[in-house]
Amino acid sequence: MIFIPLAVAVPLGVAFLIALFGGRPRWLADVLANATAAALVVFTILLPRRGITIYPVGGWGVEDGVPTGILMVVDGLSWFVALTVAVVSLAVTVYSIAYMRRYTAKPKYYALLLLMIAGMNGAVLTGDIFNLFVFLEVASIASYALVAFGTEREELEASFKYAILGSVGSLCVLLGIALLYGLAGTVNMAQIAAKLRAPEAAGRMGAAHLALALFVAGFGLKAALVPFHAWLPDAHPSAPAPVSAMLSGVLIKTIGVYALARVVFHVFGLDPKLRTIILVLAAASMLCAAIASVMQRDLKRLLAYSSISQVGYIVLGFGLGSDLGALGAILHLFNHATMKSLLFLASGSVEMSAGTRDLDRLGGLAERMPVTAGATTIGALGIAGIPPFSGFWSKLLIVIAAVQAGEVAMACIAIAASLITLGAFIGMLRQAFFGPEAPATAEAQEAPAWMCLPIVVLAAIGLTGGLLLLPQVQEQVLGPAVEAVQRGAAYADTILRGGR
Amino acid sequence: MATFCYWICLMLFAVGLYCAVTKRNLIKIVIGIAIMDHAINLFLVLLGYRRGGIAPILDRANLAESGSAPGFAERSVDALPQAMVLTSIVISLAVTALLVALCVRIYEKYGTYDVNELRRLRG
Repeated sequence: MIFIPLAVAVPLGVAFLIALFGGRPRWLADVLANATAAALVVFTILLPRRGITIYPVGGWGVEDGVPTGILMVVDGLSWFVALTVAVVSLAVTVYSIAYMRRYTAKPKYYALLLLMIAGMNGAVLTGDIFNLFVFLEVASIASYALVAFGTEREELEASFKYAILGSVGSLCVLLGIALLYGLAGTVNMAQIAAKLRAPEAAGRMGAAHLALALFVAGFGLKAALVPFHAWLPDAHPSAPAPVSAMLSGVLIKTIGVYALARVVFHVFGLDPKLRTIILVLAAASMLCAAIASVMQRDLKRLLAYSSISQVGYIVLGFGLGSDLGALGAILHLFNHATMKSLLFLASGSVEMSAGTRDLDRLGGLAERMPVTAGATTIGALGIAGIPPFSGFWSKLLIVIAAVQAGEVAMACIAIAASLITLGAFIGMLRQAFFGPEAPATAEAQEAPAWMCLPIVVLAAIGLTGGLLLLPQVQEQVLGPAVEAVQRGAAYADTILRGGR
Repeated sequence: MATFCYWICLMLFAVGLYCAVTKRNLIKIVIGIAIMDHAINLFLVLLGYRRGGIAPILDRANLAESGSAPGFAERSVDALPQAMVLTSIVISLAVTALLVALCVRIYEKYGTYDVNELRRLRG
């Protein structure tokens, strides 16, 4: 139980410690940040994942079915998302030890990174919608600053664009929360859900629908769904590579997709009209972003467009509303988090040794950087959905679920987008790694061991990701998460009873 | 009539949004975001307002005057939105400070606040 608040408090506290004392000795910031990330993996594994567990902040729990304070809530879904965040964070902090030497203010970087992790964990583990907004803003503001970390022209411009669109998204969410508060008189998600289902709310659903529209727009902006995606292809490539890995890997999923799924499934309930809207957003994201990714000549920009497309798959899986769809979505969330952070970290290694990430100037890196090239191949094929790599299994589940739900058009779009992604990635691999050697890459060397280690570990996860679907493993890991999504209205009732 | 003030808040929100998405000057865009922020803060405070309500501070004098704690709650304005607005103001302060800092750095690099002049990431 104590691990629920610790998952937020520890990174938050260490972030401020590093900001104050991290400068000397020079290795202190590295050690503190990596120890925190490792501790978070342990904390999240130890979180209770069966049923719903409540942690009353400050001891103000649920009395007679009325929550009297702020509740932190863990169920299978938040457990699994928090675990994904912790795994990717650990890979990123290990990678940062060597990579971030190029930048001058390493302690500041770690402080912002941990602040962002604390925000994401808070957003995932809270049961209170205003708290969700606060943590979402903590994570977002840290990420605006991280995108601008290089303080060069491109970084500043991308960060400004991202910060403006991100703020508009956050304010949409806040206005939605204000409307819900006016309607339900509470900011506890379970209580709001119960009030919205009560018969006396029937005549006042207009405000609730406006709030829902604002949530879809706000969280859609955070998740970079097409047409809310314009900031992502600028912001993600401009950030330092480990930050891109965090942003594309987990940030858009926790404060975008997860928050949207939580609000849709457990507060409002998925009705047919909303389902159509979500499916259309998902289809647009999958297809448009996949087509845009083919045309990119910048390695990181290509990866960023592919992130938008892959988030579309996750949203499609959730939007179908079936068990199988949710299973596929949750597995794809994990696969994309690990594979895309792998690719962004590898792109950082490429940029560091070749000095460019322009695909036209890269070539023949496979001989010079065998580890990075091998891992990138696994990651690229994993995301494109080639068996036996992890992404294949989750995409297969989502496509089967779409067909079962009668959405054959959606299944076709998913397959088409997958083929386009495969084309984009094979073009990228041929150009950068397996093509003839280019002048820029003549001096290229394999990245240091500390940078290869997280890439290799993530590649191993990509090779074995399909094993999560073995019945015994699935029942332990993905089962509770799917159960949590399907709990629907019972979420509110369980919390108002005090959990379990 | 009762909902009139809420509509004004929503209009203010729309004005801020219009300003943030159509203006070319970086500073004006930041001001647009600030207007949206204030619109929501105003909306939240108005949600908790009650005509002739007293401040939601429970002291002896107030308690004696109201008879009981529930009686006090009947007379005071809603305290929760005020707490939320306070949080929201702090957050918007952080966002505005960061945005203005970005504006200053962008001006140092480009020598202009005009969005159309910043074209490195277009297309």
